[in-house]
Amino acid sequence: MSSRLVNWFHFSSPATFYPLAGRLVPIFAVIAVILIAVGLYLSFFVAPTDYKQGEGYRIIFVHVPAAWMSMFIYLVMAFWAALGLIFNTRLSMMMAQALAPTGALFTFLALWTGAFWGKPMWGAWWVWDARLTSELILFFLYIGYIALQGAIDDTRRADRAGAILLLVGVVNIPIIYFSVKWWNTLHQGASVSLKGDVHMATTMLVTMLIMVLGFWAYSIAVALKRVRCIILERERDAGWVGRLPEIRA
Amino acid sequence: MNWSEFWHMGGYALYVWSSFGVTALLMIAEPLLVGARCRNARRRIARLRRLQQEENR
Repeated sequence: MSSRLVNWFHFSSPATFYPLAGRLVPIFAVIAVILIAVGLYLSFFVAPTDYKQGEGYRIIFVHVPAAWMSMFIYLVMAFWAALGLIFNTRLSMMMAQALAPTGALFTFLALWTGAFWGKPMWGAWWVWDARLTSELILFFLYIGYIALQGAIDDTRRADRAGAILLLVGVVNIPIIYFSVKWWNTLHQGASVSLKGDVHMATTMLVTMLIMVLGFWAYSIAVALKRVRCIILERERDAGWVGRLPEIRA
Repeated sequence: MNWSEFWHMGGYALYVWSSFGVTALLMIAEPLLVGARCRNARRRIARLRRLQQEENR
């Protein structure tokens, strides 16, 4: 058998993916706990006080990772949705569904921590600024996707309707990302840009990136765990589900 | 730096701790909720299988 070719469709079957996901969840969970613990230690005890914002700037270490994850998870969901529409694979749609609550959670956290950062620095909890408004629309897209999926009884139709909503909503992601460039906003520009410009001290940057990686591992662990629940719920009548040791016991 | 100074966060205590606190709360709650969802699914399937076996007997 050729070892150079990995048959990716092999893992697109829920029966083979379920045990694989089960093995991956604890690995990513441990990575997440370690990275977030190190990140929190650096956030409070190593990163220096900001010369302009004092200790208040430390909110950046949860705000930026949450905001990045909110956009990144959406793109990953759209990718699975596109794959699901093209190849008609059930598992891709389940992956998109499994990521939605985690994406909504990070979008909420980006807005929440943003409000608690905006109040002391700008003097307002909320402003109808382009960055804030487009991020709020992202939150509504997540909620809309979850609601639409939940409202349709036929799973295949629910998946397809949700996938189309996800793909249409992708237009919002570049709007969020470039909003601070395209419009005159109260929100500050990117601290780290795609061109590689960094406008912050090295320790602050390293701390933020460790938190980003920690949130990343957290999202993978939670989404894989949730996709296992979804597989069980959807495949409850399949023969392989009945043969699982955790079901027979 | 002593602890009361640490919790005071240079006057930004409300903002810093509300941000980190709610983030921690949600990121602890979510995995617990997902765990409960899987347990419920397994329990429901096990019960259905038992019922089917009793019917077949």
